[in-house]
Amino acid sequence: MRSKTVWLIALLAVLAVAIGVINRRWAPAPKSGASLPVESKLAPDFSLTDLEGRKLNLADYKGKVVLLDFWATWCGPCRTEIPHFVEMQNKYGPEGFQVIGISMDDDAKPVREFYQQYKLNYPVVVGDDKLAERFGGVLGLPVNFILDREGRIHARHLGATDVSVFDREVKDLLAKH
Amino acid sequence: MNRTYYLRFYFAVCVAALALVSRAAAQSPVLFDGTSPIAFSFQAAASDDAIPHAQLITPEELAKFLQSAAAHKPLLLQVGPHSLYAQAHIPGSEYIGAGSSEAGRKQLRQRVKALPHDTAIVIYCGCCPWGHCPNVHPAYQELHALGFSNVKVLYIADNFGTDWVDKGYPVAKGD
Repeated sequence: MRSKTVWLIALLAVLAVAIGVINRRWAPAPKSGASLPVESKLAPDFSLTDLEGRKLNLADYKGKVVLLDFWATWCGPCRTEIPHFVEMQNKYGPEGFQVIGISMDDDAKPVREFYQQYKLNYPVVVGDDKLAERFGGVLGLPVNFILDREGRIHARHLGATDVSVFDREVKDLLAKH
Repeated sequence: MNRTYYLRFYFAVCVAALALVSRAAAQSPVLFDGTSPIAFSFQAAASDDAIPHAQLITPEELAKFLQSAAAHKPLLLQVGPHSLYAQAHIPGSEYIGAGSSEAGRKQLRQRVKALPHDTAIVIYCGCCPWGHCPNVHPAYQELHALGFSNVKVLYIADNFGTDWVDKGYPVAKGD
């Protein structure tokens, strides 16, 4: 009788472990906020007109640490991040930091409204699929790139990312002269 | 004694096999004939409530169905932003316009106007994580209100890049 009980417990333990392994193996990997490995290569240059009507050339920002934010007015996580970027622009701008917003809205009208309503303190341009593809594709929002002072891509973040991650990366890059 | 050990081993194998078969059955492809109930393996977010689970289809299930020899493929409609469609979309799918905009919903009504109400339709977006997508829900509601009874919504957990393109499922580009 005791032997049977031991066997039953052992059997249940093996099954529990097996089911746990199967579940773990088939569980989807978390993707949101993923920091993707990128080569330390130069960000592709682009030239677009911002919402204020000024020409914006990415190459002109060489010497600054840049946060490129691919976003859209209809993207909830993007809207959550933007007040943090406004704050970061205020905080680190004097040290050589610049946020640049690239809206992926199909229409510029809601972008202008958002820009004014939320008092964005950094330039925003309206991008398109061609620009997105030059950055490796933007197949979901938000996507953020952190560029070092040389214009090289330091990090790429896909999905909602904790603001402390941006803060840390920007501070580290600003500290390097 | 040996026979007893054999029986115990046999029992354990049977139980394990049963668990595996149950799991596989829950992930089997969904047909569009209205007869196959869907068993989902994911935990839906609270915001899923608006679209019944029975109307959701996973990327894996849709990809399998599209690659199958099924005679009648569903009408695939992308109801998200054009910039996303232009970069990558499901081959054969049509760009409709964002379900969150009146222009997109108008285009959707136009597209399905002449179709029988039992037409198999799959709508999808993938602009952002499922709980934040502003497009699939209004597009689904529009089709539901029009009386379409065989509509599925592609459940894209994170975004189209992560949940479709990166999985190696078929992709087309351009307008």
